[in-house]
Amino acid sequence: MTAPSPIELEIILLSLKVAFWSTLIALPIGISTAWLLVRKKFYGHALLNGIIYLPLVLPPVVIGFFLLSILGRQGPVGQLLDNIFGITVIFTWQGAAIASGIMSFPLMVRAIRISIENVDRKLEDAARTLGASPFRVFYSITLPLISPGILAGTLLAFARSIGEFGATITFVSNIPGETRTLPLAIYSLVQTPGGDTGALRLVVFSIIIALTALLISEYLAKQAQRGIGN
Amino acid sequence: MLTVSLTHQFKNFRIDVNFTVESGSITSLYGRSGSGKTSIINMISGLQKPDIGFIKVGNDILLDTNAGIYKPPENRGLGYIFQDSRLFPHLNIQENLLYGIKNNLINNSQIGFDSVVDILQIASLLERKPNTLSGGEKQRVAIGRALLTQPRLLLMDEPLASIDAQLRGEILTFIEKLRDALGLTIIYVSHSIEEVIRLADQMVLISDGNQRATGNVEEIMGRLDLHPLTGRFDAGAVLSTKVESYDKKYDLTGLSFNGGVLRVTGTNLPIGSSVRAHVRARDVSIMLDHPRDTSILNIFEGTIVAVGDNTGSQIDIKIDIGSPLIARITKKSFDELGLQVGSIIFTMLKAVAVDHRSLGGKR
Repeated sequence: MTAPSPIELEIILLSLKVAFWSTLIALPIGISTAWLLVRKKFYGHALLNGIIYLPLVLPPVVIGFFLLSILGRQGPVGQLLDNIFGITVIFTWQGAAIASGIMSFPLMVRAIRISIENVDRKLEDAARTLGASPFRVFYSITLPLISPGILAGTLLAFARSIGEFGATITFVSNIPGETRTLPLAIYSLVQTPGGDTGALRLVVFSIIIALTALLISEYLAKQAQRGIGN
Repeated sequence: MLTVSLTHQFKNFRIDVNFTVESGSITSLYGRSGSGKTSIINMISGLQKPDIGFIKVGNDILLDTNAGIYKPPENRGLGYIFQDSRLFPHLNIQENLLYGIKNNLINNSQIGFDSVVDILQIASLLERKPNTLSGGEKQRVAIGRALLTQPRLLLMDEPLASIDAQLRGEILTFIEKLRDALGLTIIYVSHSIEEVIRLADQMVLISDGNQRATGNVEEIMGRLDLHPLTGRFDAGAVLSTKVESYDKKYDLTGLSFNGGVLRVTGTNLPIGSSVRAHVRARDVSIMLDHPRDTSILNIFEGTIVAVGDNTGSQIDIKIDIGSPLIARITKKSFDELGLQVGSIIFTMLKAVAVDHRSLGGKR
């Protein structure tokens, strides 16, 4: 086993870039959504809940197809973005990030949601009586207390993004250097005669990335638990 | 002065109270668990909104549902000490103590950090996390944290519930200090008559969400019509006494009151101090003639002034011995002795029946 070749390195870095940005953008939206679902009663609560969890139960290809229809050149949002900002996301790594972000979103929301449900509301009440505004209560009490859940959700989403295949290939295709992430590259190699060795190498790199992420998350989770006094 | 008037309909429970609290005094909301005491102070704190209500501290209206005024808890300037201390687990003790200081409205520093740490003896805990503290330590920190917000009123919801008996006395002394040295107004929720006797300047008796009686402790505990709300086991008169003498040889303390001297065992109360003595009705017995050759040290002559409900096997009798005293005897004895209102009788009370828990400091 030798170090990754320039092409392999490009694939790995692209995968990390796509996963990083998709997770980063999804995080604030995920925290707000989880908080909304746990703490607020509103009309359409059940519907929002259902829509968020759809990617978990639908075939990824279907999500890719939806994205294509909405964000593609002929799609309503895609046309709008093109006309106003001159942006196209289809066939770009940004499009890949959108696809993997949407696919991993339910996992992220789920983990954060559970941690918000477990927050002792009495502590938030106590903070209010000590003079803290609801906003201060959120960032000084709620947010630190759910940090292990946020961490778990983030890493879960990151891992899911690295592995995202179906929605990505449907929405942004399989373009080397732009949208060919690790799973897509492995798929391509497997489809090519004599590509098995190359595929195996990429599989090993995938495993290394996954294990590293897991170890880091274990370590950070322990730190976070200690931080909130558990 | 604090004015409180609240009405709120829960599913199968109704809160209906109306009382005022003098500045610098301790008012105890007394009642059994589940009688609605906690809901009442939650409404005062602003954590719960009543259907109809009016709350005013001095000239500051905190709540007036008719005028549409509702101040959120963070703007009320009240300190709240919960039954479970509710320290923030992710902050250390010092950070917990400082949490309420920055953005509080009242900027006098009558209660300083160092003095709070000193009085509560928590200096050695400052760097620690709450999960390493004992129940008593946590509660002391919680009291300090609330005090440091410079509250104009302190709400305490059974603050001693999670504290062992030994430490209770210390914290009770500390609460008295808060009132006397800092002039803090305190609302103290409790279902322990012992704590009420010790602390309360005023007592509000709560039952099923309703305010049944308001007044000083002696008066309310002396009312037969309020049994068993004032406690089934603990029912009994409260005497205002002064420590008069101490008999070193027999380790007996003499407490003088309007009607004689009550002798109790032990106690290390300073001579001359005012003390409330809680005499449980079940510890008082009755004789028609002055008893002779008895081990009982406390014998008082008196007149029966009231007879309570006589439908059960026991009867509570109120006797005027100079101060009101309540005796609980069986229906059988009551009939056999031919007792009635106006009967002149002798009451007996064992000195050992009034222990240190039945005695409370009073201003």
